[in-house]
Amino acid sequence: MTNTSKSVFGRVDGITLLLYLALVFVGMLAIFSVEYRSTDPSIFMMSKSHMRQFIWLIISLFAGLLIIFTDSKFFSSVAYLSYTVALILLILTVFIGVGVKGSASWLGFGSVKFQPGEVAKIFTSLAIAKFLSSPETNFATLKHRLIGSALALTPAVLIVLQQETGLALVYMCFFLVMYREGLPHIVLIIAFSAIALTLATLLIDKTVLLYIVTGLALAVAVLMRKVLRREKTVAIILVAVWGICVLFSQLVVPFVFKNVLQKHQVERIYTTVGQDVPDEYLAPEDRGKGSTISGYNVWQSKIAIGSGGLTGKGFLNGTSTKNEFVPEQNTDFIFCAIGEQFGFLGSAALVLLYLGLMLRILVLAERQRSAFSRIYAYCVASIFFIHFAINISMTIGLAPVIGITLPLLSYGGTSLLSFSVLIFILLRLDADRQVMIR
Amino acid sequence: MSFASTPRRYVIWSIFTGVALVIIVKLLFLQVFNDQYKILAQDIAITKKVIYPPRGVIYDRRGKVMLYNQVVYDLMVTAYEVPDNIDTMMLCNALGIDTTEYKKLFHRASVKNGPRRKSVMIEQLTPEQTARLQENMYAFPGFELSERYIRTYPDPHAALILGYIGEISPSKLKEQRYASYRQGDYLGINGLEYTYEEVLRGQRGIHFLERDNFNRPTEPYRKGALDTPAIAGKSLELYLDAELQAYGEQLMANKIGSVVAIDPKTGGILAMVSSPSYDPNLLRGRHRSKNFARLELDATKPLYNRAIKGEYQPGSAMKPMTALVALDAGVITPSFGFPCMGGYYNCGRRIGCTHSGGGHAANLRLALANSCNAYFVHILRLLVDSKKFGSVKKGVQRWHDYYSDFGFGHPTGVDLPYERGGLLPDSSYYNNMYRGNWNSCNMLFVGMGQGEVALTPVQLANSMCIIANKGYYYTPHLVKSIGGNPKDTILRKYHVKHKVTNIPDTVYNIVALGMQDVVERGTGRVAILPGVSVCAKTGTVENKAIVDGQVVKMKDHSVFVAFAPREDPKIAIAVIVENAGFGATWAGPVASLMMEKYLTDSIATNRKHLETRLYNANLINPYVYTIDAAQRLKDRLRWETRMERTRMSDSLQHAQDSIRIKRWFKKTYGI
Repeated sequence: MTNTSKSVFGRVDGITLLLYLALVFVGMLAIFSVEYRSTDPSIFMMSKSHMRQFIWLIISLFAGLLIIFTDSKFFSSVAYLSYTVALILLILTVFIGVGVKGSASWLGFGSVKFQPGEVAKIFTSLAIAKFLSSPETNFATLKHRLIGSALALTPAVLIVLQQETGLALVYMCFFLVMYREGLPHIVLIIAFSAIALTLATLLIDKTVLLYIVTGLALAVAVLMRKVLRREKTVAIILVAVWGICVLFSQLVVPFVFKNVLQKHQVERIYTTVGQDVPDEYLAPEDRGKGSTISGYNVWQSKIAIGSGGLTGKGFLNGTSTKNEFVPEQNTDFIFCAIGEQFGFLGSAALVLLYLGLMLRILVLAERQRSAFSRIYAYCVASIFFIHFAINISMTIGLAPVIGITLPLLSYGGTSLLSFSVLIFILLRLDADRQVMIR
Repeated sequence: MSFASTPRRYVIWSIFTGVALVIIVKLLFLQVFNDQYKILAQDIAITKKVIYPPRGVIYDRRGKVMLYNQVVYDLMVTAYEVPDNIDTMMLCNALGIDTTEYKKLFHRASVKNGPRRKSVMIEQLTPEQTARLQENMYAFPGFELSERYIRTYPDPHAALILGYIGEISPSKLKEQRYASYRQGDYLGINGLEYTYEEVLRGQRGIHFLERDNFNRPTEPYRKGALDTPAIAGKSLELYLDAELQAYGEQLMANKIGSVVAIDPKTGGILAMVSSPSYDPNLLRGRHRSKNFARLELDATKPLYNRAIKGEYQPGSAMKPMTALVALDAGVITPSFGFPCMGGYYNCGRRIGCTHSGGGHAANLRLALANSCNAYFVHILRLLVDSKKFGSVKKGVQRWHDYYSDFGFGHPTGVDLPYERGGLLPDSSYYNNMYRGNWNSCNMLFVGMGQGEVALTPVQLANSMCIIANKGYYYTPHLVKSIGGNPKDTILRKYHVKHKVTNIPDTVYNIVALGMQDVVERGTGRVAILPGVSVCAKTGTVENKAIVDGQVVKMKDHSVFVAFAPREDPKIAIAVIVENAGFGATWAGPVASLMMEKYLTDSIATNRKHLETRLYNANLINPYVYTIDAAQRLKDRLRWETRMERTRMSDSLQHAQDSIRIKRWFKKTYGI
């Protein structure tokens, strides 16, 4: 079992590294294909995104190398410190953040800009791993569960304040980790029920939904009337569930849509489920117009992917992506380039590549001796998962358009660097999986 | 520890795998089981670009260019691509404008198609502007010189023949002939540009281009595999002699009228003047509609091609044709004479005759030379009353058929649009006119070219061709060959020989000699050309106009028809000068000078005085303007009356309808 005799390079997990490099390579191809024109004098043009992305890749690999040479205990020891720094940066961003399309989630240092929200994922992962693995933590107690949740939610709240709700949503993935570490099953069930209820709220008229929910509750009450007579608690639970459903659909969703979410986010959510935004969530001047702009993005994205067919139009032959019909196509909608040029076979292969990477990370997680490494690995897998699931789903119309990147593929320095760092820290920890890290 | 968490580990496994599977299934439906996205992607990303070929060039008979495509440059700008730091002053200097003007133009261009798309900032740069800009274009990113052709006429002549092009009108878009045109396309609107539109325009090419989300073309679709090239329009080579045409227009300046000269051997039109005319360059480019409106309002109607649309009584110029018909029908022989004593009295009233001396109409040649009215009136009566035909009605019909064969009474088929046919009465025309009760006396004036007969100048010139050719003609036409090919199928109809009489050549010689006598001894002495036997006939045509509701006799039209040389005719010509007086005074010199110019390529010095006299003459009568203004006023009043009447009948109809409905209600429901 002991591998410590080998150098740290020999102990790095080759499969993960290969999957990582494969995804980065696909990303470079996709970004190149989107901006390439047959009239370009050379493929090595610094004005093109793929060259800039290549430089960021070199920076990322260099950072990876540094991480591999770092002592594995270093990461757990700086966990809280780095988390605190991340929070400070996030708070700073709330006040002095630079705007990109309505949000203010970027910090600029001269000509270099970066998104603290993107980087904070790494440090939040470390902090959660550190906290949950600490011997003093008893995750069965409510107090520690709340602290754990707070660790995940604090950056999320700060990011919401930067008008970057999509990115904040990513932090919900840490609940998956906490579930793995002992949160009750009911949390997962409630989460999924909440998603189901939200979708129902979106798809079905408010009043009709009220009748349905009430009808269902009455039906259950009639069916279980004998049980109800004996067990008062069951009756209370039934009433409570009914109450929560009604409260959620009649009050919470309308409140959130009216007061919390941005106008474009409401539109996106409704567009995804194929509905027009109800008048009550619209500003008076927009009423009666039906959905417009956000529908365009998904529509163009679906055309690009759908026109790929089984085998795709071929590399560099994507008419939709090359001609910029799909908005933000080398960042959030990079999957369109794959779907259009390589068709179903290519996109399915890419999905399987991601699944492979995530499952491999789970395998790595489960073989760790120290809880810190395991929890950290789960954090990495969850972050990858939520990015992957939401991003691809939104391009094919399965989820609302939430501006988050496709890990390792999307153009963007901060994104590539932070995902690389996540992976390389994991690889470094895995290399020392026999060592107890606290 | 790991024991307790094992099931949870699989829950997370399942969530990951489940979501990935859902995505793959959705992709399967989106990409494999659905074809509509492929079509949509084509529609949004592929654009067709129509490549317009240059229109065909038009040459005269000597290969001189009459109409070609000039390259002009437009300054295009894509506002989005113009950096803030360009040297505006330098650009303004090159363009010769100031900065405020520049800002105005730039703003307008960036608004027109949006800042991301190219739009025209300055149309049709002058050569100086182009030259100054071309050197420095590199300094102005976002700006571009775009090449374009415009139709250009090197000489300000032959406007009505060459015609002009313009944007297609909505009504024409619906016509079958223009099925392949789109809004904004240019096409020939008049003249040869109109008639030979299909030949001149060439074949448009189509390039398939990919386009981006701002509808900007990016690169050829499939590397241009589906593209079709544009094929340039074919050229037209004309019979027209540009020099002769220009000379004719100069001679006819400040006169209203027309000249048509035809090569009798081919039917090719050597010159076709309609005066007044205009500079064809006025009707091109951006000022077309403004100039068009101005020309349209001109009382002398410069846009009206009198050579094919003007219908004139031919007067004495018609006499040779009367003779031809009578000869061919066999009612007279060349030796037939009429004892004219200065008039014709057989129909109750006197028809005057210039000559009164006995024997001036002793035979056909003499009658022609002396232009004896009585003689031709008489032979017309002989013709229509001939026993051969049975009745005067059948006789007139026969006469009509002859003239119809000569090309009268219907458009000749010249290759210009909107040709008119003139007036040629048949027996039903007289039946209508006289309610069936008429005889040859009622129509005898047509024998001397007056009365109910009118010819266009091109028909008149064609009649000379018949005599020159001794019995046949080719339909007058302008185009000799298309793209260098004289046998093009479009021209086939102009190669058909129309044989219209069966008169022997010897008899034709007598008619021709009679006409030669007109020049050498008669009224047409002005047309004598040394060494050339010119055959001609003068005409002085009475004409009337309606002024203030009264028929007023106007100054006579001056008419002259001729061909030369008699032995081997090379040119047949008809000249009409409106309201100018005797045929020999004005039309004669014009015809004579043009024949001299064509046959000898120069004007003899002893005839220069004729030229000078013509150049200096202004024969446009002031009353032309009065009549025109009155006519316009009348048209306007008529139009207003008609509109008023329509309005009234509409409201009357409306009232009647409502009464009818009320009645119906009353009948049906008792209310």
